[in-house]
Amino acid sequence: MNDDSLLDLEFEIIGGDFNQAGRVSTKLKSILKEVGFDPQVVRRVAISTYEAEINVVMYARRGVLRFKASPQKIVIIIEDEGQGIEDIEEAMKEGYSTATDEMREMGFGAGMGLPNIKRNSDQFEITSEVGRGTRLEVTIIAGDGTRS
Amino acid sequence: MVAKGEVIDKANKKSEPATVVLTLRGVKEILSCEVLVGEDQLGMEIWGACAADLMSDVLAFSIPDSLLLTGLVNAQSVRTADVAEIKALVYIRGKRPNAGALQLAQEKGIPVLASELTMYEACGRLYLRGLKSAATIRSKNE
Repeated sequence: MNDDSLLDLEFEIIGGDFNQAGRVSTKLKSILKEVGFDPQVVRRVAISTYEAEINVVMYARRGVLRFKASPQKIVIIIEDEGQGIEDIEEAMKEGYSTATDEMREMGFGAGMGLPNIKRNSDQFEITSEVGRGTRLEVTIIAGDGTRS
Repeated sequence: MVAKGEVIDKANKKSEPATVVLTLRGVKEILSCEVLVGEDQLGMEIWGACAADLMSDVLAFSIPDSLLLTGLVNAQSVRTADVAEIKALVYIRGKRPNAGALQLAQEKGIPVLASELTMYEACGRLYLRGLKSAATIRSKNE
């Protein structure tokens, strides 16, 4: 970590647990607000991590979210052990979804998750192996740092 | 008619048309709502609205300080509102949020209203009063 790192956190996400889904994101959001990041940056981080968390809950057995923040940038890495994505190009298209009816009843599976994460990030990397899992790395530039 | 003081016209700049801002009390009356959480917060200002049952659509098209109309009654509706900085929730079609959703709304301090109107009519009434779509405001700002 750089000397100017503000936060270095790790959270576990349990697959299939819809009631807990979103807890990590809302917790992170509170922490970032408290540290004093720009509200727009906080919102982008919250939306990205929430969508990523929901994806882990829907499609994986478990996942880990690693979060590193400096005043200049925020890096979020989400790695899961799950079914993986067969066609990443398709999965990145708005509206493309492999969600089940049960997932849609929970309010998710619109095929907007990954595009939403990309839209809210400054750098977005995704790799996936079918039957093994998926790794996302999201970078969000925090501008000239936290508010004074 | 909305009672005096419940619709506020705000012009961002002189060259731009006025932005209609409703108070939550105004929303309550326009949609004939019951207030389930946040009776003491009805004076808050609402700048736009979005309506969806799929939460990713809310995350994609909402703006902060807006209203969410939804038929999704589980805790994810409230969590989405919290993540997206949605100011208040209106459950439509006579639906009531489940216990988990209500508890979370109380914890997060997000007002919850419930209306018997269908999604179509609820949106139509607010639109007629001049409340803008969150997606329209968002695309203008981008």
